[in-house]
Amino acid sequence: MSSPQTYFGSLKHYEKGGVTIINDDPKNYAFSNIFEVAAKSKPYEKVAVGKNLKYVIEAVRAEGDSPWYETAHDEAVLVMDGELEVHYVKPDAPQAAAGKQGAIKLAGEPKGKKMGWVKIRRGHEALLPAGSAYQFRAKGDPGVMLIQTILGDLTIERWADICQK
Amino acid sequence: MSTATQVDTTTQARAALGYQIHSIGQFNFQRDEYFAHIKYPGGSHIIPIDNFLRSLMRDVAWGFFYGTVNFDTVFGTINHYGTVDMFIGLLNEAYRTSNQHYVETFDSKDLKRVFEGMLDDWTNEGFDPFAAPDETGVPFGRKHGNNKRAITRERMVAKRMTGLPGDLPLRSDAAGQPINRQFTDVPQDAPEVHAEPGFEKEVHAFNAFAYVSRSDVTWNPSVLSCVDDSQFCATTEEHILPITHGNDRVEWFIQATDEIIWDIEDGKTGRPRAKVVMKAGDVAAMPADIRHRGYSPKRSILIVWENNDGSLPKRYSSGELKPYPVEF
Repeated sequence: MSSPQTYFGSLKHYEKGGVTIINDDPKNYAFSNIFEVAAKSKPYEKVAVGKNLKYVIEAVRAEGDSPWYETAHDEAVLVMDGELEVHYVKPDAPQAAAGKQGAIKLAGEPKGKKMGWVKIRRGHEALLPAGSAYQFRAKGDPGVMLIQTILGDLTIERWADICQK
Repeated sequence: MSTATQVDTTTQARAALGYQIHSIGQFNFQRDEYFAHIKYPGGSHIIPIDNFLRSLMRDVAWGFFYGTVNFDTVFGTINHYGTVDMFIGLLNEAYRTSNQHYVETFDSKDLKRVFEGMLDDWTNEGFDPFAAPDETGVPFGRKHGNNKRAITRERMVAKRMTGLPGDLPLRSDAAGQPINRQFTDVPQDAPEVHAEPGFEKEVHAFNAFAYVSRSDVTWNPSVLSCVDDSQFCATTEEHILPITHGNDRVEWFIQATDEIIWDIEDGKTGRPRAKVVMKAGDVAAMPADIRHRGYSPKRSILIVWENNDGSLPKRYSSGELKPYPVEF
């Protein structure tokens, strides 16, 4: 008897389900697929695939080095495909004001104390802690990550393009 | 003059099976070898005991959860976060239109105490109401033993992120949490974490899929990470969600592996509204005015994304917020 096989999607291989309407509007379900979204995104575009009032989850194509970001609140990143590093700095002069929602993009690597780094692969989740700056570095094939965060200036909402209608 | 007295032989017969009768308010619960019987003013209702215990387990473990826990199309509970409505037919169109519904409101702690007692009394040795049907025994027959270990599991809730010092610990063989039989191919590798001294509580990563692959329960979300009230709740799903969950807010599903098929019904009437098929990588909202029931042919990993803001049920029910999350 063969062992059960767990199916993970990826940028290269994914299947998409969908909404079959009986008496409703498919838009109510904002149905999308993160691999499809990432496949059509530029590197490190933060495309919202879920929105719950001020909170969002963003699908991000990880390819090469990202800009440096800073966050005033905790965020979390879950890798859905590929492998990448996250490098952290505690900025000497934080740019994200207290209460600022969502990540902000920095002009370059901030001056500050190096906090360390993590290497994460599919299924791994990493903290992007409040008050830190961070950069993603994806060296191999493009990957896909989900970021749990708050709607911010960098969040891209293009629901009509990504959702079943 | 007749001296005959009326004898409830059915109740006597059930009592002979060894199960206690449980009551709160005007509700009375009895079980026999195959069924739960719910008596209420105006009638009685019957639910197969396996589904009743699986539903009861979720209602107890989740503290009545977000919104409505429908055990079936007739009986269930509505959480008001301090009080709970227990109902017959309240969310069933036929019961409502014929005025056959019945509702009582209880303090949450009082109803939880009764439910916990009933779950303990009615769960026999060898039956685990949280386990997939293929992983447990059957709940039928006369009372025999108990399964306190299975019914007293606590819901795992990370305060910030699983695996951080002082937060939820990771799962392991050593802690008695083996990889589930259906997830033996889920990689168990750990991320590389290189934290500089003093930043060990901030530079952090863990293998979330490996953590979830070691869950021994089904349809029971555990919180992996939080951003204020935003909660990533991961859960392993296999077979059928025993309850039909009625939303009191928008929640989102992120299918991390495999496939789940959802039946979507109107929250108040139970009329079918849609079917949603979710495959790995799919994301879908569950509107605030629906109820849903899932079917997972193979054990799968689902991330239920919740907004834990306590003001939301009132804001949705009052109409201040629309039941769907985005407009386009």
